[in-house]
Amino acid sequence: MKIEKHIRILEFALSSLFRQKLKNIIIILAYTLNVFIFSSAIFFSESLKNEAVTLLEYSPELIVQRMRGGRHELVPLQYAEKIKEIRGVTAVTPRYWGYHYDPPVNNNYTFLGADQLPPEVLEMVEGSFYEQEGNDLCVIGQGVADARFVDTEDIIPVLGADGDLHALRVAGIFTAKSNILTNDLVILKTADLKKIFLIPDDMATDLVVKVRNVNEVSTIARKIQEMMPDSRPIEKSQIIKTYEAIFSWRGGLMVAIFFGSITAFSILAWDKATGLSGQERKDIGILKAIGWDTSDIIELKFWEGFIISSMAFFPGIIFAQAHIYLLDGLIFSPLMKGWSSIFPQINLAPQIEIYHLIVIIFLTIIPYITATLIPSWKAAITDPDMIMKG
Amino acid sequence: MKYKIFAGILLCEILLLTTLAVSAAISSTKRAPALEANQQLVENLMLTDLSLWTETSYSRHPSQADFFAPFQDAPGAIERFPAGSLTAPAALYNISQRAASRPNSPGRIAETDSDNEQAARK
Repeated sequence: MKIEKHIRILEFALSSLFRQKLKNIIIILAYTLNVFIFSSAIFFSESLKNEAVTLLEYSPELIVQRMRGGRHELVPLQYAEKIKEIRGVTAVTPRYWGYHYDPPVNNNYTFLGADQLPPEVLEMVEGSFYEQEGNDLCVIGQGVADARFVDTEDIIPVLGADGDLHALRVAGIFTAKSNILTNDLVILKTADLKKIFLIPDDMATDLVVKVRNVNEVSTIARKIQEMMPDSRPIEKSQIIKTYEAIFSWRGGLMVAIFFGSITAFSILAWDKATGLSGQERKDIGILKAIGWDTSDIIELKFWEGFIISSMAFFPGIIFAQAHIYLLDGLIFSPLMKGWSSIFPQINLAPQIEIYHLIVIIFLTIIPYITATLIPSWKAAITDPDMIMKG
Repeated sequence: MKYKIFAGILLCEILLLTTLAVSAAISSTKRAPALEANQQLVENLMLTDLSLWTETSYSRHPSQADFFAPFQDAPGAIERFPAGSLTAPAALYNISQRAASRPNSPGRIAETDSDNEQAARK
């Protein structure tokens, strides 16, 4: 009996929504758009954050840079010897890297020196690198290959710091799977990189410090700074925190950009919250007069809010999933790309987490249902005669 | 009768969402080898950043850049929009951690009140 009563109230709520079809369709569309924007921003930023954190979990525990006059400078290899003496340090490896601006295509590439590429890395490269003899060989990212329209065995001319033109022969191209890491990378042998950038033999770009116990990284970083005051240690935890902050910030900004539509919907909800229309008041008055309880009227209004919310929430989430994972974030990607001439094609891992759904429900459904219930409750506790008189 | 149609639509929507969640889980399993290969790449090449915003050094390697890096590229260099401006201001995320771990870091402005006090004492 009790369930039948609820079903009848639900049926009544559906009928009353059908009476104002056009108005309710517009509300559902605006509502869906808001859920879509919120959830797209959340899915997009969370997926990128997860991708970054999962990958950078494998980045070096500790990197030591040298600063001079507030700027990053080449670090002397003597520093590596001093760092090795610190207890708990197992190895110090110099890294050689830098940026190269390519005028014909207005691109910046990241040059990285590596004398050996392990088999795991070579599996991600089309072509071969170490099998070939000779200098000025390079392995490039997909973005570089696309920008320069080059394939393996083609030549990329690079103007060195000495003013000479170096012809780098493309020995391999990274596969698209590693785009998020290698899109703008040009990997070449350390001697070639040092020649192009004129890096002295006793210098490196920075140092990677391997630590026996990861719990001691901060202590070792502090010791390095005490020993060499012009050094700047960067811990892995800081790298990960940086990316978490960047993507959280970007997610917030995406929502901010669509703030107009969110505001419009809030005004609509506010309008509903601050008062009912004459017709709605009259309806409540009639229902009270024919014997409906206050609780029945509140249940009716709850069902109305629930029907509209569910008709907007699920399509909003489904469209957001399609937008981010099937269309690769079509609407947000221009915002993500910035001025990059080469931007990787990112295929994000689809994910639906209960926590995110709860956040979206609290940001959209709960405010809307509350906004519809409060004025109805106010009207329902008033004398029917008073309501109908206005 | 209308409630049956509504319940049907609601059920379809829930089913569709569940299917998406299940397919997301399956897709994550399928992506695992590629992810593992990329993790190897990060480890072997000692990479620190994602290759996303290549227009400037500080947006290409945000984890390696200084807080004032946007103005470091060249005298009068304009800030790159939107990549640079979409990076969170330092104050919001890691000043406190960095200040705690490297109180005497050169090339940085005093980041906390305690830093200022230390500098004054010196």
